[in-house]
Parts: sequence; structure tokens; C-alpha cells
Amino acid sequence: MNGPANLDRRQVLSGGGALIVSFSLSEAFAEEGAAAVPKPPGSLATSPYLDSWIRIDADGGITVFTGKAELGQGFKTAFQQIAAEELDVPFASLKVITADTSLTADEGYTSGSQSTQYSGTAIQNAAAQVRELLVAEAARRLDLPAESLRTQDGAVIAQDGRRLGYGELVVGDMLHVQAQPKSKLKSPSTYKVVGQSIPRVDIPAKVTGGAAYVQDMRLPGMVHARIVRPPSYGAQLTECDTSAVEKLPGFVKVVRDGNFLAVVARKEFQAIKAMKALSAAAKWKEKPTLPKQDDLLRVLTSLKSNDTTIFRASDPSAVGQKTVEATYTRPYQAHGSIGPSCAIAQLNDGAMTVWTHTQGVYPDRQGIAEMLKVPLENVRLIHVEGSGCYGHNGADDVAADAAVIARALPGIPVRVQWMREQEHAWEPFGPAMVTRLKASLDGDGRIADWNFDVWTNTHSMRPGGAGSMLAAQHKAEPFAVPAPKPIPLPAGGGDRNAIPIYKFPNAKVVHHFIPAMPVRVSAMRALGAYHNVFSIESFMTELAELAGEDSVEFRLKHLEDKRGREVIEKAAKEFGWQKGQKAPADRGYGFAFARYKSLAAYCAIASEVEVNRETGRARLVRAVAAVDSGQVVNPDGLINQVEGAIIQSTSWTLYEAVTFDDTRITSTDWQTYPILRFDAVPDKVDVHIINRPGLPFLGSGETGQGPAAASVANAVANATGKRLRDLPLTRKKIKDAIDA
Amino acid sequence: MTTLKVNGHDHEIDADPDTPLLYVLRDELKLNAAKFGCGLGQCGACTVIVDGKAVLSCVTPLLLLKGKAVTTLEGLGTIEKPAPIQRAFTEEQAAQCGYCIAGMMMRAQALLQRNPKPTDDQIRGELQINLCRCGTHMRILRAVHRAAHLMDTAELTTNNQGGAQ
Amino acid sequence: MAQSHKSFLGRMTRSRIFAGAAIAALVGGAVAAFAVTWRPAIEFVEPPAPQSFDPALVKRGRDLAAMGNCSDCHTVKGGKDFAGGLPVPTPFGAVYSSNITPDPETGIGRWSEAAFRRAMRAGVDRAGHHLYPTFPYDHFTNVTDEDDRALYAFLMTRRAVRAPAHANDLAFPFNQRFVVAGWKLLFLKGGTYKADGAQSAEWNRGAYLVEGLAHCGACHTPRNALGAEKPSASFSGADVDNWHAYAINAQSPSPLPWTTEALFHYLRYGWDSDHGVARGPMAEVAANLSSVPESDVRAIAVYMTSVFGPPPQATRADLKSPSARSTPADDPGALIYQAACATCHEAGSPLPYSGINLRLSTALSAPEPRNAANVILGGIRPVGGERSPIMPGFANSMTDEQIAALLNYLRGRFSTKAAWSGIEQIVRDARRTDTVSLQSAPGSSTTSGVSTQREKP
Repeated sequence: MNGPANLDRRQVLSGGGALIVSFSLSEAFAEEGAAAVPKPPGSLATSPYLDSWIRIDADGGITVFTGKAELGQGFKTAFQQIAAEELDVPFASLKVITADTSLTADEGYTSGSQSTQYSGTAIQNAAAQVRELLVAEAARRLDLPAESLRTQDGAVIAQDGRRLGYGELVVGDMLHVQAQPKSKLKSPSTYKVVGQSIPRVDIPAKVTGGAAYVQDMRLPGMVHARIVRPPSYGAQLTECDTSAVEKLPGFVKVVRDGNFLAVVARKEFQAIKAMKALSAAAKWKEKPTLPKQDDLLRVLTSLKSNDTTIFRASDPSAVGQKTVEATYTRPYQAHGSIGPSCAIAQLNDGAMTVWTHTQGVYPDRQGIAEMLKVPLENVRLIHVEGSGCYGHNGADDVAADAAVIARALPGIPVRVQWMREQEHAWEPFGPAMVTRLKASLDGDGRIADWNFDVWTNTHSMRPGGAGSMLAAQHKAEPFAVPAPKPIPLPAGGGDRNAIPIYKFPNAKVVHHFIPAMPVRVSAMRALGAYHNVFSIESFMTELAELAGEDSVEFRLKHLEDKRGREVIEKAAKEFGWQKGQKAPADRGYGFAFARYKSLAAYCAIASEVEVNRETGRARLVRAVAAVDSGQVVNPDGLINQVEGAIIQSTSWTLYEAVTFDDTRITSTDWQTYPILRFDAVPDKVDVHIINRPGLPFLGSGETGQGPAAASVANAVANATGKRLRDLPLTRKKIKDAIDA
Repeated sequence: MTTLKVNGHDHEIDADPDTPLLYVLRDELKLNAAKFGCGLGQCGACTVIVDGKAVLSCVTPLLLLKGKAVTTLEGLGTIEKPAPIQRAFTEEQAAQCGYCIAGMMMRAQALLQRNPKPTDDQIRGELQINLCRCGTHMRILRAVHRAAHLMDTAELTTNNQGGAQ
Repeated sequence: MAQSHKSFLGRMTRSRIFAGAAIAALVGGAVAAFAVTWRPAIEFVEPPAPQSFDPALVKRGRDLAAMGNCSDCHTVKGGKDFAGGLPVPTPFGAVYSSNITPDPETGIGRWSEAAFRRAMRAGVDRAGHHLYPTFPYDHFTNVTDEDDRALYAFLMTRRAVRAPAHANDLAFPFNQRFVVAGWKLLFLKGGTYKADGAQSAEWNRGAYLVEGLAHCGACHTPRNALGAEKPSASFSGADVDNWHAYAINAQSPSPLPWTTEALFHYLRYGWDSDHGVARGPMAEVAANLSSVPESDVRAIAVYMTSVFGPPPQATRADLKSPSARSTPADDPGALIYQAACATCHEAGSPLPYSGINLRLSTALSAPEPRNAANVILGGIRPVGGERSPIMPGFANSMTDEQIAALLNYLRGRFSTKAAWSGIEQIVRDARRTDTVSLQSAPGSSTTSGVSTQREKP
């Protein structure tokens, strides 16, 4: 992935003092501490040239580049805020361009709540350094000391009023310099735009029917394709008589390669009809490959695993007297994107362009190039928003599907839209997990000893590598599914947040990494943190009860992290949490806390749940959250994300489990995979932000998932007097527990 | 060829009579708001208004619509001149990925047209058909209440002419 | 009673005889009426402590209450469990269900077990007032004392809710409770269910449940002008709550027979592959039966199998395929079916998560198109948080005319019965009412109340 700047672009953009974009095509992930020289912050470490991030045109127009993709978290707006702040330009004067393998830096995946932390930080520092360069250039031209100049509204201004616009100042390759390790950042006390709830730049189009998603793209001559996916993993296409399909109105082509089968038509509805006809004509040979859905605890703990002790603490003087054990389970769960995945691809003169909502344009591009057996530079992936993905859904696969079909129809843009059932059955799921906890309390009711075991698959099977994508797996000469690898700590995958933030004198945390993946899995929002935090925080409340202590006090007793303590205290206070409180009849209170990934945003949630004793139906009534995400860029955006996380996690926790028989996934639509609807929406969700001006941005998109789950589970236990540990906490499970 | 009235204008549609309205809107008329979410009538992302009532366009074939008037989000207003419901959703920043929002807005609009002062329970009941996966529900509810308020205090100007093809 | 006597009559005029007879009859009738209508109050008791009841008994009561579907009438959607307030429409006006929580003032908290038993057995409340037979004590009279005890234990351990009774909406003279006394005289047969020695224990158990707590006949048996079930027409079908409860005897319109297995599956899980998904009020019945002992559901199925009678030898292969009555290619109903219905209803996917093959639909073979119209208009709504079938409703996208054309076509294509008449009027009527569920309050959320379960274990 090394190469010079794109020459075509240089020709297009040369002249007039416009900056030429170029970037260092180094590895996607920097090795921490590998270089002797201190690296610039965030993604500048891997893409250090300033003009990879900021372009200023001769007319003063400013473009900000980010290698991250807008997933609906609103960070396109946040990045615009950051750049506007550091560059001293009006917010509306900037344009943000997101992930495009021809235009932006390679920032890997937009995942793990790292966008603001890495890309936002890079933009912040790049913008600050660009501003300094502009001031230095102005100082040179005006023959004035740089300190006497100031910047405002896109110009450098001298004390005597002389003014040089940024467009005038930019000359040649002035910004094609590597970033310094340190920048002169604005002081938070002077912030005009960062820290404000600037309205999102993408919402106006979305509420007026503007083109906003890849699904809305219409290219000249575009045709519509539909995939006929196998009915189950490993199914083989034994025969397919396409003669009837070929006679259908609008028919363009059938693409078949091994078990990859697709049909193309002129109009979308024609493609759907053709898909149905083709599906009826296709005969498959299936085999049972799936485990017992109701037996996941046994299945997961008996598959071969690579066991690693990832944390150990020892203090023989701390001795426990009362010991408790508990096992928690999580089923496979689906991303359930409202808009099934979609991509458009076009092959023009050997160059393949794919418009896709993948979270990683670079890795996906690499996978597609490998699959098509073409050089990397012949493939360009451009991110266009899809519906919320919440992790690795069908986006990468459909991009590969589109590329395969587009190759069969050179020059013609091909749009592939997955059907609802295909998204539900073929997306990589959030992996099933088992955790086993054991702890003992000493005479003072403190935890003396803590043991945590987690059994899990990998939580990332994203491309790079063609073998990660269905089209490549299903073709006649298939690519093998790459061997799964755990995501390294401290971020972790299945072991994300397995190491508790609390301080225990004795502790042991073991990660049982299971390579075998009978069900297709990959990353889903919060990864292992959802279940690990659910387990830890459920168990902490169970231990608090055993010790006869209040949930909140008990946690504080074991927590040294100052910011964590503040977040806990804030949530408790705003909720009205009282020691010795008793919830009204049929209701319960629950509390939970975590620091996402042990290095990202802190989140504490107190919740009130009502449980109908006759039916077992549980509903979140009220949730109060406190979050510390360092310097807040857009408060409303942050609140939106945490609110959403709470509601989404509540849906996972109370309702969701992928279902399957021994051969097929059977949860294939909203009938069979219900998610939360308005009948169960809470009365109130409050999110309180603890802003930390000047402190590094902390990733917040996933910080609410784990605490929300445990908070709800603890509230259900409080309401019913029965502790449930197997997700999801369905109505039937709750009713059976009450009746028992 | 069929004539279909959408957002106040008659359009000649060259599509089979069994084509669901969703594809007529998106593919023939190039309108973006109504979305494909499931095609099964389960998620509401495709909701539009037909003769004043909310309808799932993915399960409504063209042949049912003879003589009926279809309204999409585009027909309610534009960025420059937003309808109360569009203003309300923008002011409340009631969207995360935003994919479900057009459907939510149309269903809410139909509700407000027949019940200008809905209770919170009534709004929740009405929106039960529409799914949101990002968890934007609280804001959506606030936005619908806000829209009701806006419609109540200002003169109602449904912009049937603006913004459409 | 006046005695006719030749010499006596000889002395009185005819009118005076009649007058005398009338007065005597009135007085005698009044005495008799008094004797019939008046019931003594049963002394109230202090609300028994919930802990005083044996948990096993309470559990038994829970199951019995589920079989009796108490919550269906005594809970309003969105309201508190068993607090009453549901209007039950009758030809005489609406009767509102009472609060049967153990609230001392507004519920049955002060009722002794004897008072509860009397209500179940004879339809009389604690104070001695007659209860309207909308509370189906003509069935509950069959319930044994033991089971009444368990039900009492269950109800007395529910959450007490303060909810005063809603006044009934009845026209004179039906709003006079003593009128009920007359009704009881005519129609209430007292006594617990008597087992039939010739039948198996399972059959008898089923009969006991069906005739008693489950009160199936209350919906499925037509009633006379005075609102009593016609014993000669047991299970022959009736209209209830804007739905038609099909005949569930030999007159069943179901295209395929109801075998014991099919009945069991339908009642237990809410669907059966040969008959479709339980809709309307049956949805809640099936939801309740999903939680009671399986053996009881099986017993009900066994008994009802005998009620259905010997099944016709029909299998799927015998079902109508191409329509015997030909429909023109441009029949509007046919076009609508192909465009709006066939995608789901001919998908061939397994129930309950797909449109039923309409050849199997009882609704299309029923005497009236009401149920079919209800489903087309309202669809099948998702049950929050549960795997459950979802069908979109077409009320907003189809006119009455279009639905009528569709129904007419479906009748001809998928049933062997004669065409319906007056379809459009029935569609109009169906549109006017909320038929989605038995308990419906406009705009209410489902924070409590019945949830239905479609899970197959």
C-alpha cells in the first residue's frame, strides 16, 4: 500500500495556488512506540502530511478530509466544528469530505468509537498547524512578527488592519509538510464553535427528501441487481435453469460463479421479480452446520479455545470469606440495520469504483482488489452513508457483490440492494458469549478476590482479505475465510472491558478465544464490552447485595479512578438514587458503570424499570446517564449518541436473540427478530455531560451499551427479587422467574 | 402508462400496475424520502400519505391508487421553506442515521392532520408500526409534540407545490 | 292461585274473575319474584393477607384464571390488571367489567371465599345483587369448589387497585338487576359439571374445562333474543366483539378438519399449519393457554375433537386449486390479490411467520366475510418484544370497493362456498370499529395488559 501521489489529481488541481492532496500510504495501524521520534497525535501518526487533512483553494475555500465515515453519529459536523475552531473560519465556510480511497487518509475502520479520538485529533492538530503556517507566511510577506498577527474569519490580520486571506497566502506545496508532534491548540476558554451544539449538517437533507444515502444514488444508465443467496451456510448450488428468468421484462443478465448467483434488470421491481424467479429455479444442497441454539453455554465452553490470562493481581493478605459464583450468557445478536445494505459499482476502462457504506474503505478496497485479482490502484472505494450499521453488517459484502456484477457489465453502474431477509440471515452477528465470575468478600464487605472468564469468538472478521466477503467465499474458486484473530488489548475484542476498572487486591481475568465460528460473526457496537460490562456490573450489584450495601456506594468503595467516581456520583445524584431506597410497586432501580475499553468515555447509568407481574413484561421507564468524554465537541451530538445507546442496548437486553435450526438462520425479518418499538420506549432518558475542556477527546459512540444492559438487568432483579443472567431477559424468562 | 398524482402534480408512470408505490416513487419519480427498509410492511420506513392517511408504500401496488392523491415528505416542504414537521424534526435534531425518519415524519404528519392535539400515548400508539434502530425515539416523540405545537400556533401552510418533481 | 269452581264462577263475572286472577298472579308473582330475585348479602370479611394463601394453591389459581381468560374481560388495555372497566357490548347495551382485585372498597377485597363461590356458581355478588350474565356464570357454575378456592386464592393475592366500577350503559328495563333473576330462572342450570363415565378421564377434563372455565360456548354458541346460549345450537358459531366466532362443531367451515393435534397446537402456540394464526379475541385466548399445564390444553383439544365430530376425509390435496368458477383476467379482485397479497400468501414459507395459503383459510369459507374484512383492514400487529406474525393492514390504502372486490374474488378462488352478498356493507361496518383486539382503548399504550406469546418452545 505504498505509492506516490496520484498524478492525475496533481494535473487537475495544479495552478492557482491550490494545495495538492497527497498522503502517506503507510500502514493502517501505527505501532505504538516503534519510532524513536515522537509521533504527531491521532491519525497524524500514520498520515502526517498536513494537506492530507486540510486543503485550501486559491479562492479561500477550505476542505477538510477525514478517513472516517459518517455513520449517523454526526461527526461530520463535529469535525467541521473542530477544524473551524482551530482555523478560525466560520463553521459554514468549510466542507468535509469523508472516506474515499482516492482522496482521504487511510484511517482504517470507522469503529471502536475512535473517530473523534483519532481523526478528530488529527484534524484538530492539522488545522492548528496549518493556521500557524499561514500566520508564518503572512508574517513573512508583511514583514511583521508572527505574534503581532491574529486570525479571524479565514484571514490573517495585522494590527494596522492589513488583511491577507488564506487563499492568497497558500502557495504551492506549502501545506505538504509533515505535522509536528505538538501543536499550539486553541485554549478551550476561547472556543466559539467546539463545545456548542451546532445543528448537524446532514439533517436538513434527511428531513426534506434530499439525496443522503447510497440508496439514493442514481447514476446515468444504472441497472438494478439482486443476489440470490444460498439458503444456508455452506449450501451448494446444484442446478439453476435460468431460461425462464431470461424472458422476464427488463432482464439484463444473470451472473453466476459457483454459489454466487445474481440477476440484473433495468428497473428495481423487475430485478426483484427476477430474483424471485431465479430463486425458485435454483436448487441447493444444504448441510446442517449450526449448533444447538438453546445450548450455547455448553457449546461455547466446550469448543477448543486459546486461553490467555490477560490480567492478574495478587495480594495474599486479602482473604475472602464469602464466595459467590455466577455465569452469564449472551446469544448471537444482529445489527438489524433498518436499511438493508446497498452498494453501487462501476467498471470504467479497467478502473472499478464502488460507492459503499462500508466502515473501512481501504480494507474493503484491498479485499475487493484481491477478489477481482486486480491491482489495488485500479479499485476506488468511496464512502456514502447508509443506514446505521452499528458495526460490521452487510456493507462490505454488498460492496463485493456489486463489484463482481459490475465486472460482468463493464461501463454500466450496477446497484445491488440486499433484501431484508438477506441482511438478517447473512450479516455477521455479534458473537455469543459466556462469562463466568467468581468473587469473594472479606469481613468488611470488600471484594478480596475476583475471577473472570470469558468465552468468545473473535469480534472482528472485517476485510482486508477477500475471504472475509461472501462473494469471494461463494465463487467457484473460493477464497478461504481468513483465520480469526483477537483484537489486541487494551482495546480488545471479546475481552473488551473484561479487565475491571475497579481495584481488587486479587484478580484474574482469562480470555478464552474460540477460533471456530459455526455462526458468522464480527464486530457489533461495543464488541465484547456489552456482555462483559453486563456481567461485571450485574455481579457487582449481586455482591453489593450480599455485602448488605448500596449499589452505588459499593462501587465507589472499589473505584479509584477519579473521573469514574465523578460520573457515578453524577448519575446517582441526578437520578435521585438514595441508599436504602425502595422502588414503587412493580418497579425496580438499577445502576451500572463502565469506562468503555478502559480508555475511552466513562458512562454511568441509573435506571427504573417496571415489570408486570402477571405477564413478566419489562419496560424501561426512566434512565439517567452521566458521561465523561473529555473535551466535548458537540454536546447535543453526544447526548443523542448516548440516548440512542441506552435504547438500543435495552432492546438487545430485553428482546434480542438470533434464532436458527441446525441448518438455517430462522430470524430473517422483524417478525422473527423483534426489536424495541414505541410501546416500550421509556418515559424519560436524561444524559448529563461532564465536560473536560482541553482534555483529549474520548470515544463515546459505544460507551452506553454495557452500562445500559446491566442497569436494566439490575432494575429487573430489584423489581422482581429474581436475578436473571441469560440474555435476552425476555418476558417469558421474567415471568417464569417470578412464578418459580 | 398510469397517471398518478404525487405531491399535487399528475405524473405519467411507465410501470406495471403491480409495482409497489415505493418503487414508483423512488425509481420512476426519483424521490428519496420513502425508503426501502423491508418490503414486507413490517418497519414503516416506506410510509407515505395517500388521501390523507398513512400508508406503507412497499405493500401498496400502483393499481390501488387510481384517483388517489399521494403525498411524500418532499411534498410537505423544502429546506428553504420547511413544513412544521420538518422544522420540528430539525429543531429537535431528531435523527441519528436518519434512515427511518422520513417514514416517522409521514406517519406523524398523517396523525396530526386528523388529530392536531395528540397525547403522548396516542403518538406512541400511532408510531408503533415504525422502527428506529438507532434509538432516536425520545427525540422523535419530542419532535412530533413540537410539530403539533408549531401547527397550532402558526398558520398551517402545507406546501403541496414545493420541492416535488 | 285462584281455583276455578263451577258454583264460584257462576256468581262472578268473567272480568272480575280475570281481575282476581291477575291480582293473585301479581301478588303470587311478586312473592315468587321476590323469592327469586332477592339474595341475601354475605357478611363482608377483612381482606385476607396474601401470605395466608398456600403458594401452590395460588399457582393453581393462576393457571385456572388463564384458562378462564379472566384478564381478557377484567383488564382494560393499558390499565391495571383485573381492575375492570372494559365495556362488553351486548344487544341490550354495554356492561362494564368489574374490579376483581382485592381492593377493599372498589374490588373484591372484602369478599369471603363463599361470596366468591356464589358469584361463580349463581351469578350473585357479595351484597346479594344479581350479576349480568355477561359474566358467564352459566359456564362458571360448572367449576368445582376446589377450583373456586384456587381462583379465590389467586385473585386475593393480586395487586389491589382502587378503581370504582364504571356504570353500565343499559336501557330500561335491562338496567334493573332483578330482571336478571328471571333470566336465571329460565337459563341458568345449576350444578358442577358431571363427568361422563363412558368417556376417558382426559375427555372429561376437557369437557369440564370447556363447559366451565374456558367458557368457549360464550362466544361460539349463538344466543336467543334474551341473550342466552341456545342449547340446541351448541358451538354453532356466533358474532362477538365485531368478529365471528366460527362454528366449532360439525358445521365448522374450516377447509381442513380440526384434528386433536391441530387443535392442541393452535390453542397452545396460537397457530396451526393447516389453519393459520389465531386472530381477534382468539389471539388472547391462545396467549393465555400457552402458560397453563400442557395436559389441560390437550384435554380441551380432545374434548373439542369430539364436538367437531367425525372429520371429513379432507387433506390438503383435496383442497380447491384452480377456481371452479372462472374469473375474468381483469377481475379487479384478482389483480389486487396478485399485486398486494400473493407475494406473502404464495411465498410457501412456513407458518406462523408468513401469509397463510388462502386455500386453508377458514375466514374465506365462513358464512360472512366479517373476519376476513377485519384482517385485511387491520392486518396483524406486532406484539412488542415477541416473535410474532406481522401483516400490514390495508385500511388506508384500499377503498371499501376495492376490499369488497378482493373479498369476492378470494371467496370464489379459495373456497367451495357460494358467493357472499352485501360484502361492501360489511367492509364498511368493519372499518368503523377497532377490531385489532378485544381490549382496546383509543390511543392507549401497552404498558401493562395482556401480551401475547407466539413462541414455540
